[in-house]
Amino acid sequence: MKLTVFAFVLLLAGTAGVSAQAPDRSKPPASGAAPALKLPAIQKRQLTNGLPVWMVELHEVPVVQVNLLVLGGSADDPARKYGVASLMASMLAEGAASRSSLEIADAIDFLGADLSAASAINSIGVRLHVPVARLADALPIMADVALRPTFPPSELERLRQQRLTSLLQARDDASTIASLAFSKVLYGGDHRFGTATMGTAETIKSFTAEDLRSFYATLFRPENGALIVVGDIVADKVLPQLEANFGKWQPPGAAGGRAGSTTTGQPVTRVVYIVDKPNAPQSQIRIGWIGVPRSTPDYFPILVMNTVLGGAFSSRLNLNLREKHGYTYGATSNFDMRVTAGPFTSAAGVQTDKTSESLTEFFNELNAMLKPVPADELARAKNYVALRFPSSLEATSDISRRLEDMLVFKLPDDYYSRYVQSIQAVTAADVQRVAQQYLSPDKFAVVVVGDRKTVEPGIRALNLGAIVELKVDDVFGQQGR
Amino acid sequence: MLALALAAPAAAQTPAPIQLDYTQFTLPNGLRVILHEDHSVPLVSVNVWYHVGSAREKTGRTGFAHLFEHLMFMGSGHVPPGEFDSWLEGAGGNNNGSTSNDRTNYWINVPSNALELALFLESDRMGYLLDTMSLKTVDAQRDVVKNERRQRVENEPYGMADVVLNEMLFPEGHPYHWPVIGYMPDLTAASYDDVVAFFKTYYAPSNASLAVAGDIDTATARRLVEKWFGDVKPGARPDPMAIPGAALSSVKKQTITDRVQLPRLYLAWLTPALYAPGDAALDVVSSILTSGKNSRLYKRLVYDLQIAQSVQAFQGSMALASTFVIEATPRPGHTIGELQTIIDEEIARLQTEAPATREVERALNQYEASFYSRMERVGGFGGKADQLNAYYTNTGNPDWFNEDLARYRSLSPTDVRAAAAQFLPKDRRVELTVVPEGNPGQRR
Repeated sequence: MKLTVFAFVLLLAGTAGVSAQAPDRSKPPASGAAPALKLPAIQKRQLTNGLPVWMVELHEVPVVQVNLLVLGGSADDPARKYGVASLMASMLAEGAASRSSLEIADAIDFLGADLSAASAINSIGVRLHVPVARLADALPIMADVALRPTFPPSELERLRQQRLTSLLQARDDASTIASLAFSKVLYGGDHRFGTATMGTAETIKSFTAEDLRSFYATLFRPENGALIVVGDIVADKVLPQLEANFGKWQPPGAAGGRAGSTTTGQPVTRVVYIVDKPNAPQSQIRIGWIGVPRSTPDYFPILVMNTVLGGAFSSRLNLNLREKHGYTYGATSNFDMRVTAGPFTSAAGVQTDKTSESLTEFFNELNAMLKPVPADELARAKNYVALRFPSSLEATSDISRRLEDMLVFKLPDDYYSRYVQSIQAVTAADVQRVAQQYLSPDKFAVVVVGDRKTVEPGIRALNLGAIVELKVDDVFGQQGR
Repeated sequence: MLALALAAPAAAQTPAPIQLDYTQFTLPNGLRVILHEDHSVPLVSVNVWYHVGSAREKTGRTGFAHLFEHLMFMGSGHVPPGEFDSWLEGAGGNNNGSTSNDRTNYWINVPSNALELALFLESDRMGYLLDTMSLKTVDAQRDVVKNERRQRVENEPYGMADVVLNEMLFPEGHPYHWPVIGYMPDLTAASYDDVVAFFKTYYAPSNASLAVAGDIDTATARRLVEKWFGDVKPGARPDPMAIPGAALSSVKKQTITDRVQLPRLYLAWLTPALYAPGDAALDVVSSILTSGKNSRLYKRLVYDLQIAQSVQAFQGSMALASTFVIEATPRPGHTIGELQTIIDEEIARLQTEAPATREVERALNQYEASFYSRMERVGGFGGKADQLNAYYTNTGNPDWFNEDLARYRSLSPTDVRAAAAQFLPKDRRVELTVVPEGNPGQRR
């Protein structure tokens, strides 16, 4: 390795050529012009079976990320089969072609690779991260896992029991209970978003290997997928390897029908749901309602508005609940944008004896968000979102995620090159308009998971709305709201 | 098939050296500086390690090093309260810090045009933190830190286990006996005077090192570092620590309760310090026991017998002494005792028979790959700036990557067996059990 050691020279000399004059600290040094970001070039190709391939060459580190993505995920779980996408994805690496679960794991570990398969709300990804020298050895394993899963019954039983136990353990964690309860009261038990991604104990017990195969056949088809390759590769050289491993993939029969999306209305009045967690030292709070789909024309104004409210450290919710009052370790807000509308959530874990005070401050900030945002605060939020954008393009896994977003949400080709100007175009009027359009604090659902006997009297005195007690069993079961 | 891809069979393969060019110098006030250029994205990370952690805390003031870390974001002589984050976020930056037993680190990631802003903020809190410090600030962050403790320890399932484990492993008076997050009454007791004394003792530039990595020009960055950090006043380096010994002479057992559905078993040992002989071998022992489906404990307990929901082993490497911990959670209907019997069988097997060459190679290949993946980011926790500073702090050489990797590559199956035999004795360890509250059958 090369290294330049100035240190010893300076130490021996005793003094360095540093001016003793103190710098001007009277104001923060101005930043120069924002650096030009050279967006990584996406090389788009196609295999002979029509599977699109998107490649980005990145030569700093000898690693490569290869993702096979299919469009559709947990949101497409059929009625009464909630959780099938998640279980199916987890089963992909549990047996494929002639390889057993243990053989797949051993081979991948031996290569120093990571291979995972997981379902998100709107996509399922089989993802490989590997030193580039071992890509040729890892690709056939990845292809077997993605294209030729066998869903062995013994492995299904094992994962079934593991998931049932995970669901039992989820009851320990106030934060998990709060998020699940919040989804449940917003969407109801019938809508897919009202139930955990993993499903319920009832559905997990019911799944058969045939359920998994059938759901697999619906989504895993070349015309419904794409390959993403990011890293220390040369596109023309890696393409034949991809062709050899994925080019003969043909759809397994006709595509099955997909679940139609269930719609659900917004809450009409504000209700406070309390889940008792006896003697808990903190209350986990979730406040909000149904947000927007990723395709919303108001994407950029919403992003800026949420940054003012709770998307960054110096956002209003965190400055109020954490820095001013010390009620919490952190308060945030988020629009979870999916193909269809996901939740808008503001959240914090607050100390039990300040639960009602925290709710008051939450609503103070949510209501204040409907008023005009001062110019300097708006500028700061826009700069934060726009200028930190390069940090989302650093590692192979970062860039591959950006490409996945383009595919899942059908973003235009110039989306990222227009990103910064789209943010800078957002006006104060836009922010106020989207706040008034997409936030209605007087109708929000409020979930509090905490020590009911201590927190309920204070919450009741706030007169936020009706108070409903939810049992942990209600949260984890499949009954409606 | 595998051998085709690799230049030589993996066992004989010398990995390609990791090349990381850097420049190092020391300011007259004693601050060590490391610069590294990486122009792949227009980002810069400014990373500072102060060589003080919770191990330096005094009795009755546990948690203070971490509380102090929080105060470092609250403004300084030329940065009004609240503006540290506000200015940085307005420039597209973000930042964080963390405290461990041995050190406190801080990082600021900014677009490369805001490098000077980051250096100004970082140097101002190193030089002028006390100018704006007040009891009110201490009180505000005291409440935040207490909520951090509630969130991460008391309201977290099994959150008290780590606290109790270290109390059992390290004798009273040993600086690892108490938790980094501290005890609640000690957080209450922390005073303004404590802040002044701690800053003067431990936050001198000569007790810190600065790494700047990313889209920089080395000569320009050096000039800017000299400009902004040159006027930070030097201070005395803290006295070396007297390191009290820690050793277990028997099996120490304890049972605690928690609001959880399932019990959990922890077995823990005192093991060699970070980078001491045995440290890397114990990392490999942990991989052979619980990393991946084919690892010995995972395969037997979780995969074959399916009597455990999870099992994990890890060597927690620290500067004065390390801990090796195995934690296992039984499936409903199974007991801690069943798990412990099998864990002990597998440890005994590893202590008597050297593992298969493939098992060791599998673990080593994973460590090797992780060294490459760790090169993908310049900033944040674990980015290149943080790693340069970590290696500098722990070895005196920022570019210790290849030496670190060689610690693993040099291990033979016999070395791994020997480490398990020497450092994981069945008769000198801690056995902690967490049982569900209101489960009289399992109470002590």
